[in-house]
Amino acid sequence: MHNLAMHIANGIINGPVAAAFGGVALIGLAICVARARGDLDDRLAPMAGLVAAFIFAVQMLNFPIFTAAVSGHLLGGALAVMLVGPWVGALCVSVVLIVQALVFADGGITALGLNITNMALVASAAGYLLVAALLRVLPRTTVGLAVSAFVAALISVLVAAMSFVLQYALGGAVDVGSSIAAIAATMAGTHLFIGIGEGLITATTVVAVAKVRPDLVYALRKLRRDPAKQGYIAQPTAPATGGVA
Amino acid sequence: MKKTWWYIAGGLLVALLLAGVVGNFASSDPDGLDSTALKGCTVDAAGNITGGRCIAQNGKDHELGDSPLAGYGLGGDNGFLSTGLSGVLGVLLTFAIGGGIFWLVRRRKAPAAEEAEPPVHAGSG
Repeated sequence: MHNLAMHIANGIINGPVAAAFGGVALIGLAICVARARGDLDDRLAPMAGLVAAFIFAVQMLNFPIFTAAVSGHLLGGALAVMLVGPWVGALCVSVVLIVQALVFADGGITALGLNITNMALVASAAGYLLVAALLRVLPRTTVGLAVSAFVAALISVLVAAMSFVLQYALGGAVDVGSSIAAIAATMAGTHLFIGIGEGLITATTVVAVAKVRPDLVYALRKLRRDPAKQGYIAQPTAPATGGVA
Repeated sequence: MKKTWWYIAGGLLVALLLAGVVGNFASSDPDGLDSTALKGCTVDAAGNITGGRCIAQNGKDHELGDSPLAGYGLGGDNGFLSTGLSGVLGVLLTFAIGGGIFWLVRRRKAPAAEEAEPPVHAGSG
């Protein structure tokens, strides 16, 4: 069963710490739901459903990382926040994690708060902050968009991995005798390669959507001040000021 | 708006193909988290820990480990068809649940006559 599970299982982190992160996840999700309503309109709502379904699909696609008999898979936080924004994006990843835990027995139910905190909240927050910063600094080209997506996705994976290390430091059920720094180094080593995969998938997907329908990429709508100047705006009719509510 | 739905349908088709077909070619090596958690333990062919000391050592079985889709296969089977079908079901289920929730809590457009915020369901969850 081990090779078919991707997320933190029951019993790895002790009960009190798992419960505490359950609380963290609940509070985080409540904030996301409250803020998401501002973004969710007739266009974003179905897109958000698609983003969740797409992340579910791609999370199944474990890729080899070539340095050892270790695989990696998309976490999806950076992808989600770029396509549908930080609040809705975090909710998309949460929906995936909840479906996986309740239907596919992947990720313990008592560990759901830990998994949501790492992959939905922490990875999404890190990804969005990086994307917001990078899109302002990098050139407004397809390459700039791809690099922003790649870097944000890569680092979001490393940050999520360190979030697990923190949870283990706080409440690891088994003391394996190696230092937290050593465990952090192991996690960072594998997740650097996984992050490269995450970056490639995220950049490819975001650029593909941006080429076809740039208006469906939240990061381009909200984070760039004058989207009309971008080279890859496809639709010939630029929206007139105040035309659409 | 109608056009957007076509793109959504197209994207969903891509997701279905990835989960239903490409998923069968996914690596079955433990992922980054799992491999770190198993470091120090010996594991048999079925993935059960046989000895040593590692983070995953105290791992407990999943509460719903016997559910029909547990482990991304139908009834515990991980053949081509079984994995593909469970992936397809997962994509559709995730789209239905996620899309359904997002659709229900979305901002409704105000009626054209008055621009006032329409009444919304109490409790935005």
